[in-house]
Amino acid sequence: MAKQKKKFDKATLGKVLRYIRRHLPLLCISILLATVTVALTLYLPILFGNAIDCIVAPGQVDFLTIGRLLIEAAVVIALTAVAGWLMNICNNRITYHVVRDIRADAFRKIQKLPLSYLDTHSTGDLLSRVTADAEQFSDGLLMGFTQLFTGVLTILGTLFFMVRLSWQIALVVVLVTPLSLIVAAFIASRTHSMFQLQSKTRGEQTAFVEEMLTGQKVVRAFRHEDEAMKQFDEINERLSACSLRATFFSSLTNPCTRFVNSVVYAAVALVGALLVIRSDGTVYTAAGIAMGAEKAAAVYFTVGNLSSLLAYANQYTKPFNEISGVITELQNSLACASRLFELMEAPAESDDSALPEMGKVAGAYALTDVCFSYVPEKPLIEGLNLTVSPGQRVAIVGPTGCGKTTMINLLMRFYDVKDGSIALDGQDVRGVTRHSLRKNYGMVLQETWLKAGTIRENIVMGRPDATDEEVIAAAKAAHAHSFIRRLPDGYDTVIGEDGGMLSAGQKQLLCITRIMLCLPPLLILDEATSSIDTRTEQKIQSAFAKLMKGRTSFIVAHRLSTIREADIILVMKDGNIIEQGDHDTLLHKGGFYADLWNSQFED
Amino acid sequence: MKKLLTYLKAYKKESILAPLFKLLEASFELFVPLVVASIIDRSIGERDRGYVVQMTLVLVVLGLVGLVCAVTAQYFAAKASVGFAGGLRRALFEKIQTFSYAQLDKIGTNTLINRMTGDVNQVQSALNLTLRLFLRSPVVVFGAMIMAFTIDLAAALIFVITIPLLSVVVFGIMLISIPLYRTVQEKLDRVLGITRENLTGVRVIRAFCKEEDEVEEFDRRNDDLNKMQRRVGMLSALMNPLTLVIVNLAIIALIHTGADLVNDSTLTQGEVVALYNYMSQILIELVKLANLIITMTRGAASLSRIGKILDADSAPAPIAGKQEASPYAVELRDVSLAYPGGGDEALSHINLAVKKGETVGIIGGTGSGKTSLVNLLPRFYDCTGGTVLVDGLDVKAWDTDALRKKIAVVPQKAQLFAGTIRDNLRFGAPDADDETLRAALSAAQALDIIEKKGGLDAVVEQNGRNLSGGQRQRLTIARALATRPEILILDDSASALDYATDARLRAAIRELPSSPTVFIVSQRTASLRHADQILVLEDGEAVAVGRHEELLETCPVYGEIHYAQYPRDAKEVG
Repeated sequence: MAKQKKKFDKATLGKVLRYIRRHLPLLCISILLATVTVALTLYLPILFGNAIDCIVAPGQVDFLTIGRLLIEAAVVIALTAVAGWLMNICNNRITYHVVRDIRADAFRKIQKLPLSYLDTHSTGDLLSRVTADAEQFSDGLLMGFTQLFTGVLTILGTLFFMVRLSWQIALVVVLVTPLSLIVAAFIASRTHSMFQLQSKTRGEQTAFVEEMLTGQKVVRAFRHEDEAMKQFDEINERLSACSLRATFFSSLTNPCTRFVNSVVYAAVALVGALLVIRSDGTVYTAAGIAMGAEKAAAVYFTVGNLSSLLAYANQYTKPFNEISGVITELQNSLACASRLFELMEAPAESDDSALPEMGKVAGAYALTDVCFSYVPEKPLIEGLNLTVSPGQRVAIVGPTGCGKTTMINLLMRFYDVKDGSIALDGQDVRGVTRHSLRKNYGMVLQETWLKAGTIRENIVMGRPDATDEEVIAAAKAAHAHSFIRRLPDGYDTVIGEDGGMLSAGQKQLLCITRIMLCLPPLLILDEATSSIDTRTEQKIQSAFAKLMKGRTSFIVAHRLSTIREADIILVMKDGNIIEQGDHDTLLHKGGFYADLWNSQFED
Repeated sequence: MKKLLTYLKAYKKESILAPLFKLLEASFELFVPLVVASIIDRSIGERDRGYVVQMTLVLVVLGLVGLVCAVTAQYFAAKASVGFAGGLRRALFEKIQTFSYAQLDKIGTNTLINRMTGDVNQVQSALNLTLRLFLRSPVVVFGAMIMAFTIDLAAALIFVITIPLLSVVVFGIMLISIPLYRTVQEKLDRVLGITRENLTGVRVIRAFCKEEDEVEEFDRRNDDLNKMQRRVGMLSALMNPLTLVIVNLAIIALIHTGADLVNDSTLTQGEVVALYNYMSQILIELVKLANLIITMTRGAASLSRIGKILDADSAPAPIAGKQEASPYAVELRDVSLAYPGGGDEALSHINLAVKKGETVGIIGGTGSGKTSLVNLLPRFYDCTGGTVLVDGLDVKAWDTDALRKKIAVVPQKAQLFAGTIRDNLRFGAPDADDETLRAALSAAQALDIIEKKGGLDAVVEQNGRNLSGGQRQRLTIARALATRPEILILDDSASALDYATDARLRAAIRELPSSPTVFIVSQRTASLRHADQILVLEDGEAVAVGRHEELLETCPVYGEIHYAQYPRDAKEVG
């Protein structure tokens, strides 16, 4: 299991690297700058240490060397700052570009994913992949770039300088430091389960709160408040208890590692001071150091050396603590990336760019032996046959779940048939591009969908070049003009995502307007007027009747009165067409349709 | 805000002790450079090995005492912040239970959920961090400066200059970048928006072949976001290099001054090293402090949002009123209703008198005021004009609990809760026995559901998503019947039922032994045929009141609705 996960991480890493490769030159510069920054940062304590060695006691201060060392330090500081700044900018650029690219690819992928994928994955989940996961990934990547690499370099560099100054002290530091890592890891492993319990309980509470608040009016209507409060208290107390444990134990990490660090610090001070004493307290002057730094270091240990080492001891432990944080962060971000890649690698719709276009159609359908199911184990439509002549009106009726919407999915090629064929004007619909097929359709669904933008933008979706007069004429035909005119900015009123302030009925009127403007040769109306009140619907029906003249249309409707005018009524049940014919024929037949029709008058 | 802090009172001891122990820890930390300085000066001057060992032990003891203090502080901080957050959540939930429907509409469910989850969590971590750091960081920063003063005045002046300079850089960059990060968030929201649109509207977008336009728009927003992110990144990229320059320049100044002072024998070599160490400590704590301040501002913002909810008005208390002897179960006298901020009146001058046991139909187009009218009876909303009387007493004078006990509502939206079917049915009648529940299910035409799902203990998932729309609707009807109401309101609650089931349901309700007064809101005239009176609403006004046959003759609006559903010749064919 763990091994598999590792392999999985590796594969994801490879894919991430492919995106990073596009910025290879920038990456090289970043690494170079990081090396320079770290080397210079570590060199500073040496310079300062040497300078302190020139300050021994009254009268034993080598001002000349101090001046030289301090000027050198100033130059090093300036260089470090510039290199560090440039490095940060490089890292920002790489990270944000990589995320932008991945996100753009993911979005393009969404446009190509088959409906079967999108219908079976929750919108929230897909959405969080493209946004939250991508964001988390970019944060992790940036942290990785800026801290992981410099952290490792700092550790190596510090080690190098420490060994050069005093191998004994270096040994002490190397031996004691892992303690802080062990402590941190120990605490992390212990608190992990506490955090899991906390987030589980928190999730439980959120679910409860969400349910009670969305149903608050029902809670009140049924005087359920006290019961709800009791349940809430129970969860709330559990949450407080486990939250206390998680918060407390996890907050131990910092004090504990700080303690280990102070032990390291003390050890360095001890060993260093003893070394200084052993090297017989000779007073060092600039001349002594000039004899050769190496010889001096090999034989003597100075106060300046000790101060440099104390600075290093501080610096050495810090990246360790940071790196463990960075690694978790990187792991998280790889997990996020793998969720993104999962989306991007889902099989796309078949490529149809090589297929011929379908021109404007007359509207003759031939469905031959059509079989279809969403899941293989549950066959839905089997052996469906249907012939429709151009201009005919086809109504589909039947109980919920009978396959009405599926028919529409197949006609629009949102889904493809599993077996059999659908031919339009004698041409198998799978033999032409999806775009050219769909351009022939005008579709109004029960679940209206509007995009954030102005009313006009929403109306002209199918015909961006329409003039104002045409837009208004279409809106009048759909009986939408009067309510649009009353909106604050008329046709330029901006509506929020998914219609915002508009009522369900108004949204449906806008969707109908869209169709009235395009006048496509084929129509699909799936409960197109379900949210519109009876009187307005009555008025739109006449407009629909005019629109449907000469156009092949498919209508799904709840109200049987809208269906009676159809040329063909398909009565569907459990995926099959159980009756087919016009209103009068079906009534006389006395089957399922007749039952349905008559039940509305029963009492 | 002040009121909120009373929730902290229960944790007064913890809230004082936590920062106090942190203060102790920080003070012990400040002694470390002094001890090291004395090691250096003694070990060189007197070559006293024993002293070195002693002082090293002092260092370890300082660390250990610091650790104990810190752990104690963390515990108190965790306890206070977790307890405070728990109290806040409880107070919020309790408060929400007292809101009127109008308040709930105004504030909105999403806002309430955010307050109870995101905001409270924010407050909890901000309080925790504040208790831990708000004394520690300043103490380390200013303590270092004070320690420097104890060593030497001239050297301390360097600290006096460095600390404000560092603060300006650290706080300045953070202050400038906060609004920029907000802009980044806005840009991210725009990317989120278009992605969501493309997922929810995929069918329409594909039907209109708009994929390429959408990709273009997405790229534009994505690039926008990228540019903004890099701009902010540019600024925060300055932080490390700039602070590095300031601190190290200060160290150069320290060594330079130190050289002079040691030469004048006002300072020892060890003390120079100590000053150097103090300078290094400042930076880390200053960054922590800046982060703390950001967290604190966020926490304070969350806290004030929570405060607004807790300060909001609860539902109004009953007024004084006298019960009249009345033959009517429900009476509306010249009732008008305008929603706050809702513009035109939703109901105007409605009069209606309903005798006990009668069935009233209410019909009209969308937005005609049907639901608004029935919502007045259990006092979900208060009418803004006229009087609504139940059993001869103004609903505003009724004890809300007693009033709602009489009335059961089946709302338009069939909402169920996670639990079992039994839990859901007992929602308003906690003591109902199985016999009562079965009777309610039977009348609601819902017995087949428990047969199919496996009895009263069958699990209902959140929002009843494991049930179909029709099943949910019938269970909500059974839930209402289980309370054995005197007044039953069916608010368009048979819309997902087919005509035959709807008819059986209405027949069963007529046969109920308690013979409640029934209000049926519907779009279908067939559902209202046998009502004792039907109220026809249009744009909030009563157009007509009467029985089905009368209205067909006299009310053109009613006739229009009816014949739209049942064309005149339909009966002949059937």
